[in-house]
Amino acid sequence: MMSDSSTEMVVSVQGLSKTYRSGGTEVLALQPLSFEAPAGEILAFLGPNGAGKTTAIRILAGFLAADSGQAKICGFDVAVDPLEVRARLGYLPEHNPLYLDMRVEDFLRFAAKARSLAGTSLEQAIDRVVAQTGLAEVFRRRLSECSKGYRQRAGLAQALLHDPELLILDEPTNGLDPVQVVEMRRLVRELGQEKTVLLTTHILPEVEALADRVVLLRQGQKVVDGPLMDLQAPQAGLCQLAIAAQCSLVDLENAAAAAGATWLAPRAAPFALDGLHAGLVELPSAMAIPDFAQSLQAAGVLPLQLAPQGGPLESWFLQAEGQQ
Amino acid sequence: MSTMRSALLVAKREFLAAFDAPAGYLVLAFLPALSAVLFFVTGPFFAFDTAELRGFFLSLPWLFVILTPAITMRLWAEEKRAGTEELLLTWPMRLRSLVLGKFLGAWGILAAALFATLGLPITVAYLGDLDFGPVLGGYFGALLLGGACLALGLFLSACTDNQIVAWLGGAAMLLVFNLLGGAATAEATPPWLGRVLLELDFGKHFEDLSRGVISLADVAFYLVMTAFFLALNGLVLLRRSWS
Repeated sequence: MMSDSSTEMVVSVQGLSKTYRSGGTEVLALQPLSFEAPAGEILAFLGPNGAGKTTAIRILAGFLAADSGQAKICGFDVAVDPLEVRARLGYLPEHNPLYLDMRVEDFLRFAAKARSLAGTSLEQAIDRVVAQTGLAEVFRRRLSECSKGYRQRAGLAQALLHDPELLILDEPTNGLDPVQVVEMRRLVRELGQEKTVLLTTHILPEVEALADRVVLLRQGQKVVDGPLMDLQAPQAGLCQLAIAAQCSLVDLENAAAAAGATWLAPRAAPFALDGLHAGLVELPSAMAIPDFAQSLQAAGVLPLQLAPQGGPLESWFLQAEGQQ
Repeated sequence: MSTMRSALLVAKREFLAAFDAPAGYLVLAFLPALSAVLFFVTGPFFAFDTAELRGFFLSLPWLFVILTPAITMRLWAEEKRAGTEELLLTWPMRLRSLVLGKFLGAWGILAAALFATLGLPITVAYLGDLDFGPVLGGYFGALLLGGACLALGLFLSACTDNQIVAWLGGAAMLLVFNLLGGAATAEATPPWLGRVLLELDFGKHFEDLSRGVISLADVAFYLVMTAFFLALNGLVLLRRSWS
């Protein structure tokens, strides 16, 4: 049944949890997870492998049942109205499983009929997704004979046939070459202008390129949930900094520690210069870099390199690891 | 989409997929080729000098031990291995449509294989005065028996992602179901257990049907066994989403 409270949200998840039994022991794959996604948002599920991203979206797609909690898509409970939910979402599973013995055309017709499309609306839907995903060139080719990029497009095309309100993409650029990755991201960005997109990834640049909002998962638990712009603000998260100075490594380490940084590891000198030594330090945030540089200078260590490593999002990622 | 429309969509896909590879034609050739050998070469057809096909029909429960798991072994196991079950199970189709569709697709393949054996009655009718009533009854019974065998095979295919395991498991279980009648009459078997085993024997229920005698009890037995194993198939898939 439709719920009034959650109709504005395309995705509404409350306290979703899932436990697996593996080798006689129970593994908590998803700790009570709650989040929402409004219409027209690209929400990225970010996290290392095994963080629970795929488990979460498999529950949303109706492939797995949750142990507890409630997930609603377009106001329909995935456990109570699975057919209503499936009619409103397009799903591209991880590793993009396809019927490789079928031709692209036959596969799309099969998927369209499974989604109750018929007659003119079926033909129009196929024409639309073929144009959207650029499949015309391989339309009559067997999927087994298509490149990985075209297969990924075919997987995306089947998810778009019924023009769903929600698109769930599990690692959509997994295994693609750089050109195909750029192409797939362009497609997702275009689709995100008119649909809610929920994508999972462990690739930070992908999140930065696509997402409006990020949910960071770690060991089945949500550790960060916020707009990408907030997470990318320089004051947010730990900041790793590569530093180099013309002094001994011990002096560099001591000066960095005295200036308020955490010494992480020595590094190779960034360029050839007598007595140049380098290391990696961590600061509470990128905002602390100017004070840190002044403190080094005050200690008699002139920094010849001060290079932030990764973006603020990576800092959040590292901070989440640290919290665990 | 209605349950039956979805089921027919899946059935059509499975039927066409079976004949998209040489293995499908091998399955199609197996039944007419082997049944002809058993009937004309090693069987008593020429010795008895009567125009009837009972020998052919009585060999079917044993031929189905090999044939029907070969038809069903791919149907769920391959979906699981290739990951396409995640696609299929997240499209807006009911689980019962998928199970029924797989079954109807497999049944269609078996019907095609039985159709390919029509050369036998045509040959026998050419050689003698064949009564087509028992032949029609026999084919009707073969479809019922085959349906129960396919449902069992589908259930085992749903339990694994390995087609060989699915075939071996199906063949072994069908062999057991065909041998239950023998075990029922063994001296060590208590009479009550013997009666139960005899009632569960796949071959025993086919004896009358192979003569063209259609009894409600035999028809009901095969329908119940088919429904039972299809229900188990559905439960296996349902349970997987909870595991």
